[in-house]
Amino acid sequence: MTTKLLLGDEALAQGALDAGLSGAYAYPGTPSTEITEYIQRSVRAENLDVHCRWSTNEKVALEEAIGMSYAGKRAMVSMKHVGLNVAADPFINAAIAGANGGLLVSVADDPSMHSSQNEQDSRLYTDLALVPCLEPSNQQEAYDAPAYAFDLSEQMNIPVLIRLTTRLAHSRSVVKLGQTRGKNKLAPPRDRNQYILLPTNARGSYLDLIARQPQLLAESEHSPFNRYEDGPDKTRGIIASGIGYNYVQEVYNGACTHPLLKISQYPIPVKQVQRLFAECEEVILFEEGYPYIEAKIRGLLGDRDATIRGRLDGTITRTGELNPDIVARALALPQSDGLTNPSILVPRPPALCPGCPHADTYRALNAAMDRFPQGRVFSDIGCYTLGALPPHEAIDTCIEMGASITMAKGASDAGLAPAVAVIGDSTFTHSGMTGLLDCVAEDAHVTIIILDNLTVAMTGGQESNATNRLAAICSGLGVSKEHIKTIIPLPKHHDENVRIIGEEIAYEGTSVIIAVRECVQTLRRHARKGGAK
Amino acid sequence: MKKDIILAGVGGQGLLSIAAVIGEAALKSGLLIKQAEVHGMAQRGGVVQSHVRLSDKPIYSDLIKAGSADLILATEPLEALRYLTFLKEGGMVVANSVPFKNVDPYPGEEEIRARFETLPHHLLIDAIAIAKEAGSALCANMVVLGAGSPFVGIPDDALCAAIKQVFSGKDKKIIETNLKGFSLGREASLDATGTN
Ligand SMILES: Cc1ncc(C[n+]2csc(CCOP(=O)(O)OP(=O)(O)O)c2C)c(N)n1
Ligand code: SF4
Repeated sequence: MTTKLLLGDEALAQGALDAGLSGAYAYPGTPSTEITEYIQRSVRAENLDVHCRWSTNEKVALEEAIGMSYAGKRAMVSMKHVGLNVAADPFINAAIAGANGGLLVSVADDPSMHSSQNEQDSRLYTDLALVPCLEPSNQQEAYDAPAYAFDLSEQMNIPVLIRLTTRLAHSRSVVKLGQTRGKNKLAPPRDRNQYILLPTNARGSYLDLIARQPQLLAESEHSPFNRYEDGPDKTRGIIASGIGYNYVQEVYNGACTHPLLKISQYPIPVKQVQRLFAECEEVILFEEGYPYIEAKIRGLLGDRDATIRGRLDGTITRTGELNPDIVARALALPQSDGLTNPSILVPRPPALCPGCPHADTYRALNAAMDRFPQGRVFSDIGCYTLGALPPHEAIDTCIEMGASITMAKGASDAGLAPAVAVIGDSTFTHSGMTGLLDCVAEDAHVTIIILDNLTVAMTGGQESNATNRLAAICSGLGVSKEHIKTIIPLPKHHDENVRIIGEEIAYEGTSVIIAVRECVQTLRRHARKGGAK
Repeated sequence: MKKDIILAGVGGQGLLSIAAVIGEAALKSGLLIKQAEVHGMAQRGGVVQSHVRLSDKPIYSDLIKAGSADLILATEPLEALRYLTFLKEGGMVVANSVPFKNVDPYPGEEEIRARFETLPHHLLIDAIAIAKEAGSALCANMVVLGAGSPFVGIPDDALCAAIKQVFSGKDKKIIETNLKGFSLGREASLDATGTN
């Protein structure tokens, strides 16, 4: 038997590879990135010729995966939780069309927002799409999930969501590998209407999706991922989903005295929940993320006989991830506090690396903006968001990927001038290009600075589909050639860069400045690989 | 056998290599392991931390409970102090004494030392100086691992084998420097704590 020490992300990737994966599609995003990076390094993936290049954003990644599933092959798309917002349109509509080859949507949520702007819970999307969901509680289940989910997807003709959370995604443990199976043969659907969601077709498919719900529930009731573990002390019953189950096991040292319902497959296994409520005086829920199961159990009228404990009644903190201490406290188990941290501790906020090209661009931008004190800088998501912090304090906004150019345009429409947008190369191709087209269509007074560090740096230096294509894209979208400028963000070009940025800001139409210099981290890595001294 | 270890440091100090070596050695020694890591938002200079749990019995939680870590192993002194709430009574703190000052104001080195002095079991070593002696400041992380190795609960030859394994893609010279760093760190630790 082969065993491997794997991150939750890697276990999921290995599980998908061993289960006959033909195509992995993804856009990077913490904590999901290692799923695809593992497949890209995998010898098995290479031998089997599994597709595993980065896509330009989550929406196109999911659509590519749907195409592979259409062709009859097993496909998996991976992303972080907010990526599913970008991919929500194909996600919900793919559920109506169905799955031909097995189709898995692997999403890594980030409760506590370790590296995200929110802690949305992907399980809520399954209510919109009416699809089943697996939520592995440990690395072994993360490995086992894809094979099971591919079969479920193919048998039930439906995409399956696999939900990981940060702690599982980024924690390593020993995983036992199982049997491997080959890839599916090319087999496009026989029914040529299946994937044509004209209303006349879609209405029938939607009814069919609804008709399959009882069977999906039955699969959950009998799933190997869900388990009712009886216990002698019925004063309390426990529901623990996903990684929450581990914390309960930890605080009881593997010998929980109360009935314990482990949930790792959805729809929620209703019969097992009913049994727990029938047998126990009160029920406490541990969910990593939103109180999703808890809210459903409480329903609109709430907890009328006051038997439910969880995040909604304050027993457990409403926000943030769980940990064994939170779980022990909620169960009133004895705890040790450890020593107190010294008062001399200071935070160590993240900062741009020494020599980072973004820092030089911000220095030039700040100098150019001195002349325009009424102006605002609309930024985006990437390493360059750190320009919000001292010493630069160069940007005014960061909402979600792509919102720099579009917000700058809206503010400019409102009369704010100058409106400057700052966006990374990968973010620009992810979701900035469409906003630029809007600017061009109205020749809006917006100055766009594309920070081209030739990589997706924030998530660890993946290849950027924007590399060497930016000037052509901007000119193709209709930005006039005289207002596409390239600068090199280095201290020696500072004065020149300040002048160019100042001129373009003063120009009352749409202009683009591309600041090109490689990220110092990837530069170092490339130098090492190339054997340069 | 059961060891809960907090690894602490700053991005770029090679903390995750320490975790990888312990993980590999534990795997080869037939131990069960859970190792959770948090990468800071930034690539360099942010806080990096990892929970390493080793046991011969099943381990459930990926995270260590407050007040239950046997060892805090840190590549930076201030970072070691950040996790004292995890340390159990009688637990050991091993840290590199050389501060990484990328915040202003950084606490006074005297204050940091004073806090260490209040810990019943601690060891501060100049991992940079020892690493240079081994051949390169870059192996300071392995010096720290060496210094912590008497408290990790895995034989040092298993750790050395794991260093070779983890760095197997690298130059022979780099592997040797890392092994040297590890053994100099270990010697410094055994001398100072009299564990030998
Ligand atoms: C919808 C969505 N997908 C993915 C991410 C994760 N993410 C944050 S920034 C970023 C890309 C940054 O690349 P780039 O724009 O080139 O800027 P850099 O970090 O290189 O400066 C990614 C993938 C996210 N925050 N939101
Ligand atoms: S990783 Fe690259 S882009 Fe990000 S801060 Fe460092 S040098 Fe800048």
